[in-house]
Amino acid sequence: MKKNKLEESFFKILMITSLATVIGSLFLILGTVILRGLPALNVEMFTQIPKGGYYLGKEGGILNAILGSLFLAGGGTILALMVSLPISIYLQIYATRSHLVELIRLSLDVLWGMPSIVYGAFAFTLLLFLGMRASLLGGMITLAFLELPIMTRGMDESIAMVPVTLKESSYALGATRYETAIKVLLRQTAPGLLTSMLLAFGRGIGDAASVLFTAGYTDRLPDSLFGPAASLPLAVFFQLGTPFPAVQDRAYASALVLTLIILVLSLISRSLASRFTKHVVR
Amino acid sequence: MTKESTVPFTRKDHDQRWWLSTPILTRRVIDRLAQQVMGTMAITTGLLVPVIILALCLRARPILEVQSLSELIFSREWHPLRGLFGFYPFIVGTFWVTAVGMVIAVPPSLLTAIYLAEYAHPKTRALVKPFVDLLAGIPSVVYGVWGILTVVPFIEKTIAPAVKSRLGILPLFQTENPTGYGILAGGVVLAVMVFPIIIAVAEEVISAVPQGLREASLALGATRWQTIRRVVLRRGGPGVLAAVVLGFSRAFGETMAVLMVVGNVPQVPRSIFDAAYPLTALIANNYGEMMSIPQYDAALLGAALILMIVVLFFNLGSRLILVRIGKNE
Repeated sequence: MKKNKLEESFFKILMITSLATVIGSLFLILGTVILRGLPALNVEMFTQIPKGGYYLGKEGGILNAILGSLFLAGGGTILALMVSLPISIYLQIYATRSHLVELIRLSLDVLWGMPSIVYGAFAFTLLLFLGMRASLLGGMITLAFLELPIMTRGMDESIAMVPVTLKESSYALGATRYETAIKVLLRQTAPGLLTSMLLAFGRGIGDAASVLFTAGYTDRLPDSLFGPAASLPLAVFFQLGTPFPAVQDRAYASALVLTLIILVLSLISRSLASRFTKHVVR
Repeated sequence: MTKESTVPFTRKDHDQRWWLSTPILTRRVIDRLAQQVMGTMAITTGLLVPVIILALCLRARPILEVQSLSELIFSREWHPLRGLFGFYPFIVGTFWVTAVGMVIAVPPSLLTAIYLAEYAHPKTRALVKPFVDLLAGIPSVVYGVWGILTVVPFIEKTIAPAVKSRLGILPLFQTENPTGYGILAGGVVLAVMVFPIIIAVAEEVISAVPQGLREASLALGATRWQTIRRVVLRRGGPGVLAAVVLGFSRAFGETMAVLMVVGNVPQVPRSIFDAAYPLTALIANNYGEMMSIPQYDAALLGAALILMIVVLFFNLGSRLILVRIGKNE
């Protein structure tokens, strides 16, 4: 009996150590990026584009990448929303409990796990097929593919949380399924839908491997849908690739900017869960 | 026929309740139309996986006309300029990095999942969950930066010398690589990246084991740990396996973070300190020149196809297990 107790406390210590390792590695990552990024961070980083000789350590900032990333992920999120919202409504309202629904959900889950570089390669093929070159629009389309499964599954799940009685009340009042979806479900699930969008946006803004092929990179601000656009993850990557410590420091600062965006997004989506529930029937 | 005259609302209300003034026939037509459009979108998305495979197959086909599939996979010759595309070092590199990552990741993430599902106070769980989610949301390029700043120097200065002096006789731990960039660095970074995936799925699966089974075991006098090991993990075994496989497939396809710390030397690695060159890094590093050398683009898209098929296989397997578990509940 004593042996069993001993074994239990041994494994319990092991488990707590593991938990500490996992949480500790998060803080180690955040700490490293903040510690190394903060000294190189200045106002110029946010307000200027790379000037001549920026990649040799001269003046400039990464406004091109910050704006480019916001545009890319924003456009990708809007494109993905236009497809994922109808799909999640379809899955929840029109075609419940059929093999088709299960197959589509499975396919979305598989898409979620697809490596982003595969999305990059596929979207690159698609762009060639459409006769487009690496551009802001190309990057948006790629990120829309990447974000689609994340957003759809999130919305699907938040619509599934709506009580059946609410739907039935709407039907009983004579509303069609479409009206129920638009008038009742969308209001009821607004916080959940927004959270899914933010999650997808965060995934899109942090992804480098997929836009590598399709958005290109430029030192200018993104001005046209059909011109190339810079992005933060690639800015980090390219600045790290230079042999100059001053430029590498700015890569750490860029990584810090990216991390801060992700942190802010996650804070917003946490507070959304509690607020913005004006229309929610409980 | 409009119901306008019979509806006791003001004009303003009326504008918001457009459907009340719309004939039922039109409303049904809108409903049907929405069903058709949304259904088409859903089915198109369902077909996306085969479409991606098909597109990559078509683009990769020219390479198969030059080299046979077995030559492509088992040849070690990688000389794009001479038209030799052997993926063997890259495939082996991918497996090495992923395997090392999983060996490091699986024990702590499973123990954490068990702790969160079985021991932790609900408050602790609520406190820890956001951090695990945040870990999942950190961009891979930030993981890469962390790898370069922390993991690589640590391996170079501390781990490699220590391991070399103690276990240097074993070929797995021998090292001639003077830098910290290599398989172990890639594995550590990958391990931290897959922590949140394995933890989230495994915790869910373990929590889903019926409470009655636990109570029966505890009533027979078993300790909590015995109950977990002999009852909970046995019942939740397939799901836990699915969680691990899901983590594996995520690690297998990770690009940026690995690319930044793994060294990128096209060789067949012998030890965990050697540099490797995974498939994902190969694709990402060479996209720039791939259109200028004949067959190069076909070869790289072929690499993406191989990657996709491997990931698809593992991913689908684990998802099917999870779907089956969900049904049994």
